[in-house]
Amino acid sequence: MDLSYTAEEDEFRGRLREWLAKVLPMLPSKPSPDDWPGRRAYDLGWQRMLYDAGYADVHWDASPTTRLIFLEETEKAGAPYVGANFVGLLHAGPTIAAEGTPEQRERWLPPVLRGDEVWCQGFSEPDAGSDLAALRTRAWRDGDDYVVTGSKIWTSHAEVADWCELLVRTDTSAPKHRGISWLAMPMSAAGITVRPLRTLAGSAEFAEVFLDEVRVPVGNRVGDENDGWRVTMVTLSFERGTAFVGEVVACRRVLGELAVEARRNGRWDDPVLRRQLGRLNAEFRALWRLTQWNVSEAEASGGVPGVGGSVFKLRYSHARQELYDAAADVLGPDSLDLERAWVLDRLSSLSYTIAAGTSQIQQNIVAERILGLPKGR
Amino acid sequence: MRFQLTDEQKALRAVVRDVIGRSSAAGVWGLVAQFPAPLIDRGFWRALGELGVFSLRLPEVDGGAGLGLPEAVLVFEELGWALVPGPLVATHLAAGVVPGAATGETVVAAADGSLVEWLDEADVVLPGAEGAVALRSVDPLTPLHRVPAPGRTDPVAVLLTAAEQLGTAARVCELAVQHARTREQFGQAIGGFQAVKHLCAQSLVRVEVARAAVYAAAVTGDVVDIAAARVLADEAAVRGARDCLQVHGGMGFTWESEVHLHLKRAWVRARRGGGNTESEELLAADLLAGVAWRGACLR
Repeated sequence: MDLSYTAEEDEFRGRLREWLAKVLPMLPSKPSPDDWPGRRAYDLGWQRMLYDAGYADVHWDASPTTRLIFLEETEKAGAPYVGANFVGLLHAGPTIAAEGTPEQRERWLPPVLRGDEVWCQGFSEPDAGSDLAALRTRAWRDGDDYVVTGSKIWTSHAEVADWCELLVRTDTSAPKHRGISWLAMPMSAAGITVRPLRTLAGSAEFAEVFLDEVRVPVGNRVGDENDGWRVTMVTLSFERGTAFVGEVVACRRVLGELAVEARRNGRWDDPVLRRQLGRLNAEFRALWRLTQWNVSEAEASGGVPGVGGSVFKLRYSHARQELYDAAADVLGPDSLDLERAWVLDRLSSLSYTIAAGTSQIQQNIVAERILGLPKGR
Repeated sequence: MRFQLTDEQKALRAVVRDVIGRSSAAGVWGLVAQFPAPLIDRGFWRALGELGVFSLRLPEVDGGAGLGLPEAVLVFEELGWALVPGPLVATHLAAGVVPGAATGETVVAAADGSLVEWLDEADVVLPGAEGAVALRSVDPLTPLHRVPAPGRTDPVAVLLTAAEQLGTAARVCELAVQHARTREQFGQAIGGFQAVKHLCAQSLVRVEVARAAVYAAAVTGDVVDIAAARVLADEAAVRGARDCLQVHGGMGFTWESEVHLHLKRAWVRARRGGGNTESEELLAADLLAGVAWRGACLR
């Protein structure tokens, strides 16, 4: 067991730090959260800077440890989050890289890396959430096109995306997991309506997407027809690997800030609160170690992270909510003031035990796939 | 970075598992039968000495294996898993200090917080046991005495206790899963019901989080990392044993089920060093002191 980094890893970290220190002051100011075109331009601009400096494909080709260092250092330096590039870099891109034809990889991957194109995700539907395979958006073959009708929900960045990784039902008579196909749908196609959805935090973070006889070329299908579920699972396994590295670093910083604020406003003298902050320190230290453990495991096995990511996600999502609940205890009455730091974060944290597989689904995954308990309800 | 067990560490763990698995499984119930005055099996204690449980971290010139905290933690995790009784941590820490401790010839007890485990069976008690009064111990496998002057707690003792708790946490998770897979009600294994399944899943999550914390603390030797390991391992062991008991239903409440032995041992260990208040305060202070604590590392 070793927690020290190799000379090459240290060298990578040093170079990255230097580069970040040089370029971050040159970034334009951050756009307002409601300015979607502004956010798109800002996020793509950052991806372009990464591309020009040779860091664009760190999510794809780098070793797990290199990726860990990249995410740790960019967060510590206050660099922009992956933002609008999220689906392209972490979902659709890796799927196309793994399952696409050479032509498909050539068409779609370089624009993601260069920061030219934005992807969004059309997976969930109003009646297909945790039970994703129950999705009902239909695609019929008509010559060289699929004609797609249905609706998708929780689609982030739909307003500004160029492409949508779309799951559609291509065989209604097959068992539900076997009649699904994966399509790359151009968001400029006729028949697409995007309706922003306001979250409980007040902002329009994602959208509903209505599809009315949208034509998608058959050549935009990645993987075989009706093999989309397997293709999708390739994507989802990327979602729970190093996905939260930057966030754990950020949570540890917030926890330190909470302690400073508690000392300033006198709440530090409450031993119950103080010890709760101490417990959270243990929690986030351990989550960081668990990340290092999982990354080392992925490094040793040479594969993508497996179901161990579910263990991490279960604990992390809960810890994040506890962190911001503790923030509310530190703030006291100010925790009801949306202008105060951490109050919006507390609201956002409520999505963590739901998005990317609810805690209940994650517990089923852990129980059935790691512990070998029988499937059932 | 390679934060995984090395092949040597895996081999060490396998050897320990093999030896204590064979010797202690039957022994535990024999010892429970001696309740309320269990005895230490001196032959088994010497076998632990031969295995290197006590001398592990001593330099080779002193008859030890010259290994470090990571190896010690792996060994104590196995001891915890197998419910091995006796003042293991105290004797381990006395190796090289008290003659015979390293080889298992001498049983060493120590005042930890305001409690001493295994006082009557010990050949040596550190730093002493003036005015010790026997308790009727809740754990049939750990006789306890109260002492008036609280002893100081060595961070290594805290770490090795956390390792034992990790072993218990892993064991009770396994027991819960075994039961959930075999016990049938309503015509199916109860592990198919989400209410039961989720108890087991949460148990595993606590084990894996505690494992990362305990192993990392063994690598860094940092007192704040040790405090974190302790808090999380206590939670994993105690909460895990409680949930294991719940999954076992009525059988879990019986004397003949081994579940209560794990829970009671976890309770005893959670009281070492005066409970986890001190660890939580240390972790809280670290948030403000940050950098200052990082210098306080152990060998």
